[in-house]
Parts: sequence; C-alpha cells; structure tokens
Amino acid sequence: MVTIPVEIQLLFAALLFLMGLIGLLVRRNVIFILMSIEIMFNSAGMVFVIAGSYWAQVDGQVMFIFMLTVTAAEVSVGLALILQMFHHFKTLDADKLSNLKDTN
Amino acid sequence: MKLVYLIVILLAGGLLSWVTGRWSRVLPRIIALISLTTDLILLLLIYKNQAGTGTGIWMIQYKTEWIPSFGISLYLAADGLSMLLLMITYILGLLSVLISWKEIRDATGFFHFNILWILSGITGVFLSLDLFLFYFFWELMLIPMYFLISIWGHENRIYASYKFFIYTQASGLLMLISIITLYFIQGSNSGTYTFDYTQLLGTAMSPTLAYILMLGFLAAFLVKLPVVPFHNWLPDAHAEAPTAGSVILAGLLLKTGAYGLIRFVLPLFPGASVSFAPVGMILGVVGILYGAKLAFAQTDLKRLIAYTSVSHMGFVILGVYAFNEIAFQGVIVQMIAHAVSTGALFILAGQLYERIHTRNILLMGGLWKQLPVMGSMWLIFALASLGLPGLGNFIAEFFILAGTFKSNILMSCLASAGLIGATAYSLRLIQKVLSGRENTEWKLKDLSVREKLVSASLVILILYLGLLPQKVLDTAKPVISNTLNSIEQVVSPGSGLIK
Amino acid sequence: MTILLALIPIMPLLGFLILACCGSRMSKQMIAFTGAVSVGISVLITLITGLAFLVTPPAGNVVVVNLWQWFSTGGLALSIVFRLDALSLVFIFVITFIGFLIHVYSIDFMAGDEGYARFFAYMNLFVGSMLILVLADNLLLLYLGWEGVGLCSYLLIGFWYREPVNGYAARKAFIITRIGDTAMIIGIFLLFVHFHTLDIQLLMQQASSEWGNGSPLATWAALLLLGGALGKSAQLPLQTWLPDAMAGPSPVSALIHAATMVTAGVYLIARTHVLFELAPAIQTAVAAIGALTLLLAGFSALAQHDLKRVLAYSTISQIGYMFLALGVGAWSAGIFHFMVHAFFKALLFLAGGAVIFALNEEHDIFKMGGLRKKLPVIFWTFLIGSSSLAALPLITAGFYSKDQILWFAWSAGNGNPWLWAAGLLGAFITSMYTFRLVFLVFFGDMVTMPEHHPGRLMLIPMIILAFFSLIAGFIELPESMGHVQWFSKLLDPVLPAVNTAHGRIPESFFQLVAGTISLSGIYLAYRFYLKQPYLTSSFNESRISKFLYKGWGFDRVYDLLFVNPLVWFAVRNKNDFIDLFTSALARAAFYGNYLLSITQNGRIRWYVMAFVIGIVFMLTIFINL
Repeated sequence: MVTIPVEIQLLFAALLFLMGLIGLLVRRNVIFILMSIEIMFNSAGMVFVIAGSYWAQVDGQVMFIFMLTVTAAEVSVGLALILQMFHHFKTLDADKLSNLKDTN
Repeated sequence: MKLVYLIVILLAGGLLSWVTGRWSRVLPRIIALISLTTDLILLLLIYKNQAGTGTGIWMIQYKTEWIPSFGISLYLAADGLSMLLLMITYILGLLSVLISWKEIRDATGFFHFNILWILSGITGVFLSLDLFLFYFFWELMLIPMYFLISIWGHENRIYASYKFFIYTQASGLLMLISIITLYFIQGSNSGTYTFDYTQLLGTAMSPTLAYILMLGFLAAFLVKLPVVPFHNWLPDAHAEAPTAGSVILAGLLLKTGAYGLIRFVLPLFPGASVSFAPVGMILGVVGILYGAKLAFAQTDLKRLIAYTSVSHMGFVILGVYAFNEIAFQGVIVQMIAHAVSTGALFILAGQLYERIHTRNILLMGGLWKQLPVMGSMWLIFALASLGLPGLGNFIAEFFILAGTFKSNILMSCLASAGLIGATAYSLRLIQKVLSGRENTEWKLKDLSVREKLVSASLVILILYLGLLPQKVLDTAKPVISNTLNSIEQVVSPGSGLIK
Repeated sequence: MTILLALIPIMPLLGFLILACCGSRMSKQMIAFTGAVSVGISVLITLITGLAFLVTPPAGNVVVVNLWQWFSTGGLALSIVFRLDALSLVFIFVITFIGFLIHVYSIDFMAGDEGYARFFAYMNLFVGSMLILVLADNLLLLYLGWEGVGLCSYLLIGFWYREPVNGYAARKAFIITRIGDTAMIIGIFLLFVHFHTLDIQLLMQQASSEWGNGSPLATWAALLLLGGALGKSAQLPLQTWLPDAMAGPSPVSALIHAATMVTAGVYLIARTHVLFELAPAIQTAVAAIGALTLLLAGFSALAQHDLKRVLAYSTISQIGYMFLALGVGAWSAGIFHFMVHAFFKALLFLAGGAVIFALNEEHDIFKMGGLRKKLPVIFWTFLIGSSSLAALPLITAGFYSKDQILWFAWSAGNGNPWLWAAGLLGAFITSMYTFRLVFLVFFGDMVTMPEHHPGRLMLIPMIILAFFSLIAGFIELPESMGHVQWFSKLLDPVLPAVNTAHGRIPESFFQLVAGTISLSGIYLAYRFYLKQPYLTSSFNESRISKFLYKGWGFDRVYDLLFVNPLVWFAVRNKNDFIDLFTSALARAAFYGNYLLSITQNGRIRWYVMAFVIGIVFMLTIFINL
C-alpha cells in the first residue's frame, strides 16, 4: 500500500485542528462551539494515532481510546452547562454570556 | 541605645494609643502627649550630655547588624542638624496633639497611632545613616499620613490623599533605584556590599552615572520639598488634611526633603551637585516667585498657606545650591523658622475652621472685633511669613539671599523680588480674614487657654529665632563645615568656599 | 549715659508690650497714661542726653551702647548696637518731642474710638522702631527699624479696619515701600559681600578707601540704597502711596507721614553720605528726583479738594526739597529743613485734624470756610504753620531752612541753575497752594458749622509746635543776617560741609528773590481764592485740574503696567496650570484602563482568540531561539 509521508499525516491533523479552532472562534452557537471542540479533540487524538503508527507501537491507539473517554465526559458536562445556560439566559448565543465583562 | 529608644517610644506609644482608643477617647491623647514629652526630654538630655563629645561631627551613634548578608545595619546617628530638626519635630508633634484635642472626635486611638508613627518615621529619617533603613523610615512616614488625610480630612480628602501618596511613593521608588544602584557600584568597587552611608561616601563612579543617581535621589527630595514642577500634591494634601496633619506635613515632612538634600545628595554626589547647582537655583527662584503668585490668588485659607510653603521652600533649595556657609545657615534657620511660622498659621486656620466651619476667605472678614487675640496671632505669623525683621524667617531669608548674592547675583535679585510677593499674599490674608465688614451671624469665642498656650509658645520660638539665633547657628555649624568640605574637595581643593 | 541711651527706644517698646498684652483690661486713662508717658520718658532722656552731649561732648562725639550679639556666622557678625552722634541726636529729638506732643493730642482726638489701646500700642511701637532706625549702628538693625516703621504705618493707615478702602490704602503703602525695601536689601547684600561687615562706620571707612570716585560698585550700592529711600520717603517714582495713606487718623498722618517715617529716606542718605559722594551720578540723581518730585507734588497739591491730601502732597514736595539739598551736597541744610518741616507739617496735620474733628469728619475744603472766628486757636496755629511752609520771610523758620536750600541749589559744588529754578518755582507753588488752603478753610463764608470744639490736650501741642515753627529757624541764619551756624556746627563731625563754588552773586540777592516769590504766591492765592474766586472756577473744572488731582496719572500707569496684569495672571492661574500635567497623567492612566478594559468584554470567544495569539507568538519566539 502507498505509505503516506508522516508530514502529510501531521499536516492533515493540523488542518483538522485548525478547522476546529476556526469553528470555535467563528461560531456563536454554543453547541457548534462544543462540536468544534470535539473536532479539535479528535485531531489531537489523530496525532496520537499517527505517532503510534510512526513508531510502530500500539500505545498511540490506546491513547485514542483514552481520549474518546475523556471527550465523552467532557461533552456530557458541557451539554449540562449548555442546558443550564439555556435555562438561565434563554439563548444559545455565546456572545450573550458577558456578565463578567469590565463595566468601565 | 538612646537613639533607638527615641523611635521605639513613639512606636510603642502609637500602638498603645490604638489599643486604648477602643474604650476611651481621652486616653490616647494623653498617651501621645506622654510619649512625645518623654522623647523631647530624652532628646534634650542627649543634647546636653553629648554636645561636643562625639567623634567627628556625630554627637552620638548607635550601630548594630540587621541583615548582615545584605550589608544592612541598624545605624543611627545624630549631629547638630538632626538634633535641631528632632527638637522641632517633638515640639510640633506635641502642639499637633494639643490642637487635635477638641477637633478629632472619632477613632482617636487610630488617629494618635498614625500621628505617633509618622513622627517615629520622621525621627528615623533624621537619624538613620544606613540607606536601606533610611528608605524604610521614609516609606514609614507616608502610609500613616495617607490614613490621616483620607479618614479625618475635609471634603476632597480621598483625591488629596491618593495624590499625596502616589506622588511621594513614586518619587521614593526612584530614590530606591538610586540607592540600590549605589549599593551595587560600591560593592563591585570595593568588594563589600553595604548600605552604610559612611562607607558609601566617596564611591568612585563616572560623572554621568553620578549625575543620574543624584537625579534619582533628587526626585524624592524635590517632590518632598516641594520644588515647583513637582509641587502639586502639596496644596491638596495640606488643604484637605486635618489640622494636625497639615502641621506635621508643612512643619516636618517638607523638612525631610531639605534634610535629605543636605545629608545625602551633597556629600554622596558632590561633583554632580556642583553641575546641578544652576538648575537648582533656578528651580528655587521659580518656586519662590510662582508660589507667591499662586498664594496670592487663593480663596481657600489652607491652600493659601500651603502655597506660601512652596514659596518659602524655594528659599531652601536656593540656599542649598549657593554653597557657602551663610546660605547654609540660612537654610537651616529657614527649616526651623518655617516649621514654626507655617505650623502656627495652620494651627490658626484650624482653630478658625473649628469656629466658623469654612475655609473660604471671601466669606470671612472683620474678625478683629470678636477675636482680638487670635487676630494678633494671625498678624504676627503673617508678618513672620513676609519676613519682618525681628522674627526668625527674616534671619533665614536674609542669610540665604546674602549667601546667594555671593554665588549668583541675578538669582539673588530675582529671589528678593519674592519678598514683595510675600508681602502681597500675607497682607491679603490679613485683610480678607481680619479686616473689612463683619459677618454678623457668627458669634465667636476667642482663644481658649489651651489654644493660647500653643500660640504663645510658637510666638516665643519665632521671636527667639529672630533675635537670638546664635545657639541654633552654633549647633548647625559642624554639619555645614563638613558638607562644604566635601563640595570643596571636588570643586578645587583648598579654594576656600567656606567664607 | 550709655544705659540711658538704650532706654530711649526701649521705653516706647515697653509701652507697646504693656498695651498689647493688657490693653483690653486697662481703663482709658491708664491706656493714655501708658502710651504718652512711655514716649514722655524718652523725651526726657533725649533732652538730658542731648544737653549732656552738647555741653560736654563725649569722646569722638559719639555715644555707643552694645546690647547683645545678634548673630555671628559665615563672615558676618552683627550686634544690637545703638550709636548716638549729632545726626541721630537731631532725629531722636524730633521723633521723641513731636511724638510726645502727638501722643498727647491723640489722647483727646482718639478718645471716642473703641480701638484706643490698639492705637497707642501701635503708635508706641512706631516710635520705638523709628528710634531704633536712627540709632542703629549697622545697616541690618537699621533695616529692622525700617521695616518696623513700615509695619506700623500699615497697621495705622488701616486702623479703621472696617472700611475696605483703608485696608487697600494700607496694603498699597506697605507694598510700594516694600519694593523700595527690596532694592535696599539688595544694596545691603552688595555691601556685605564686598566688605563682610554691615557696621555703618566701618563700611563708610572701607568704602572711601577701596572704592574710588565714580566706581561702578559704589554707584550700584548708592543706587540701591536710594531705591529704599525713595520708597519710604515717597519720592518719584514710588510716591503714589502717600496721598492714599491719609485714610489713617490725623495723628498718624502727622507723626508718620509728615514728621518721621517719610524722612527715614533722608536719614539713610545722610547716614551713608560717603557712598553717595563716591557716586556723583547717583547724587545728581538724588537732586534731580528731589527737584522733579517737588514740582510734581506741588502742582498736584494745587488741585486737591481734601484737606489732608493737600498736606500729603505738600509733604512729598517738601521732602523733595530735602532730597534736593542732599543731592547738591548741602547735607546739613537738608537735615535742617527736615527738622523745621517736622515742626510745621506736624502742626498743620494736627490743626487740620482738629478742623476735621470740629466739622464732624468733613474733609472737603470747598465745604469749609470762615472758620477763623469760630476756631481761633486752630486758625492762628494753622496760619503760623502755613506761613512756615510757605517760607514767609524773616519771621518763620521755614524761610531760613528753605532759603538755605535754594541758596545751595545755586551755589554748591553740585549745584545747578536749573535746580535752583525748580526750587524757586516750587516755592512759589508751595505758598500758593498753602494759602489757597488757608483762605478756603478759614476765610470767606462759612459753609459747615463747627460742632465740636477741640479740648486743651489737642490745642496745647499745636501751640507748642507753632512756637517752634517760628523760632526753630533762628539757630541757623545766613551770612547776611548774622551768620549763625549753630546747627551746621553741630552736624559738622558727622556730615561734610557744603562746598560753595559760585561766588559772584551774593546770597542776599537770593534771599530777596525767595522772599518775593513767597509773598507773591500768597498774594496770588489771595486774589484767586478769596477776592475773585470766579477766576479759578474754570481751572477747577478743566482737564488739567483733573490730571493734577489724580497725581499726574501715576496710579493709572502703575495699575495698567503692573497691578492689573499681575492680578489677572494670578487669578487666571489660580488652579495652577502645572496641575494640569499631573491630572493629565491621571487621566492618561484612566484612559489606558478604559482602552485595556475593552479586551475584558466577558466573551469567551475573544479570550480564546487571545490564547491563540499568545500561542502563536510564543511559538514564533521559541522556534526562533
């Protein structure tokens, strides 16, 4: 099979991270922010897998499983917070959550 | 050890006042009086016993190690100049406690704690010869004064206390930088890192570096003096402070600036001082004239008196940079005479405020009728302010101007014009407060016995300075000779600057 | 004798202390007693010491008493030393004697005033300071007395403090004289720096040995001391304060602004005559200023309505004569005129004050008239005083003193025909305005009825002064009339004799001219103000009259050039523009806070963006390192 050079793989992961980051910065809806965070997490996990395949060890894929677990926990906490936010502020717009701003 | 007692008695007295303030309003005042009287007596004993017995110019010294690894020691020493200033410190301190008797009613314990700690800070400033210790006491003076102004002051007190604190703190930090740089230079030159003043004298460094370091020290002292571009904290702080605060500010804190100039700037940086002298004299003249002009225009009584302080302190910096004996004698007499006369004016302003609850001189007038004794006191101290011969300020201003005339005729003539300005503002003060039509709704009581005691002692002091200043001049002479020597060695050895 | 000398100034000062501390608790009689007796004791001692001095002159013709050392430092050592020589003897005689008479007068004059104790306290302080001034042996002690009399002048001009106008007049006087005093103190610095002493005798010796004739240093020193003299003696250009000083009570005007304080300048110049002789340019300036001032003030006096203002301008004018005399080198003539002037001017002020008192505070001479029948004693004493002022020939003291000055203005070494002409014109104007005053107040129809009649305590001093105004001249008669030279002989050890240069025209000619001028002035005053007053009514309304009334516009000019700009600048800058810098700093800090707080907008996306930027930044740095 065609071996993809590791730089391209890492580049792919970086691009994925970047897309997630841009999505985080650009989207206003908190659910989409959460989803972008997911993408960033996945790209980080991707880097672990790429590293594992580079060093021909299985630890990379093990880390990916760990990452899935963490992501799941984080998403549940995040969704709970989003529920509270919606309950309180009646909106899913992240920019509306600015009560801690400097009122000067 | 006695010198340490001077400071410790005040610190302990302060703490005791604070504690007893919780259950008595009078007890803190009494404790303050006792601590100050003890200190004054102790000081007079030291003066009597030690005069002429110390080594070199120091009458009495005390030194122990504090933080040896950094070269910081607890080094206190007193000479003629410190003695004179300490005497006036305790006298004015006593008077400020006496005048706050009826004026301060809330939190008297904390109030007297602040006063005593300010005074101990001042004592430390006048006594310490270790630069780190000096800086420590310098900062110690500031914080209680900040509290004094911001808690017991008048309407605009928060603004005034912030301004005072930030201004003096910032300039003190510049001085700290200079101190530390000096420390490092001396350390790298001689191998011993020390903050000790006597060992820092004569540190070898390039003239530019010396000039810059001197500017750092000057920053703190010029702000404290105050010298004209940096004087803005003074009117607000003086006007908004309670009477005791104003007296201590005007009478003592300003003198710490002058003391710093004479004790630290001139001996540590003689060459740089000589190059700075023309600038110093110009700043002095500008201060005298500008301060007089500002004083003339004020309608707030305490601001007016505050600006007269700016004007009088201009004489001090003018005299310091004239570099001859008679000018220095004038500077020292001016420090004492100004403390007495301006302190008295603030005391009178406070007593007047207690009666009529306003500082606006446009609302006053015709007060001679109801307050003849206070009126006479106002007159005497306004005349002292304008330099009437026979009172202490005249001796001071005459010496300074005569000495400056020796060095720089133009500056002396310009500064003499300040005498006319002084006449203008002093007479305007008297006119607006005492003469003119009466405000008929006020029914005022003249000075009480306590107030008369305070005023009378100040009158006696100022007359003594004006007619029999010789004792003061003799006490200050060794310091002056010493300072002039260090300047002389730099200018041209054996040129005989001392005349 | 030496202790007695020290008591002369100390007694009035003691009187001041007693009255200042306990005056409010003393009865009116006690106050009057203390005030007058302290000066009275000084008079007695003065007379005793004077007599002893004249009969058995002490060694070197001086008496010195050293009280205590004032200070000694940095090359200057001064003591409180009093020195009595012929010059100071004349002055202390005038000060104590006339002072005593005025104190007695004031016992009645100020009787209704609530500030009775305060008045006598200040008057005593004044007499004490003036005595210190003339007895001082060093310039700094002289300066102490100098400022002391300035202070008392301020306090007494503004004595009736309830009127703001009086306060302004007092301040004006103090500030203008302070300007002169500042020039004087700079002169003192100059002398100190060069000679390291301020002892007058030593200074004069060293100056004459070290400074040559016309040396620039001597010129500066003399000029600066002259500045001080000009201020105190109200000569050009510092003369504007004296007319306004008439706001004070009449005894004050008599003592301070006629007889004594304003002559302090004359004393100073006479005392430091060595310096002036070393600076001929300045000495000529003294004469020129004297001549100009006497004319200027004389003309102004012609246009005044207020009785006291006429007398004030007259004082300025007569002091101009004294300066003229000093300027041409006729030192003792100047002092002689001082003494005679003190007598008649004090008399005129006291009599004028009595008139004002009698007419219930009416000052305007056009509202007076015909008072000679109702107030005979005042009339006769006023007449005698005016005659002396106008230098009525032969019988009045004023004739001898003024004539002597006119003669020396022509004939002395520094003399000059122009100076003589100015003096002569001035004499003419003097007799004219003086008798204008006499005719308007005492002759003609009565406009205001006198309501109070002055008591004996007011009249007796006036009579005594009138007596002296007549006979005081006889101690110094010119050559053509007996050549009595008691006065100049007395002053010989102290003041140099005048050297007369011209000799062609005999002195008697000048006396004739002077006498004629004086009489014609009186006659013209009679014509214009009594016989045919309509002749002057157009003059009274004219612009020139108003200009002269305002003192030749000096006040306007000074206001425009100095007072208004300074006051405007002071008020405009009341809040101190430098404060703007510090508050600008504070505002900049607040602005920075405002700017930075924009980044703290509470939005999570912004914060994440900040993270990202930071990470990128750090990555760039660490990759480059």
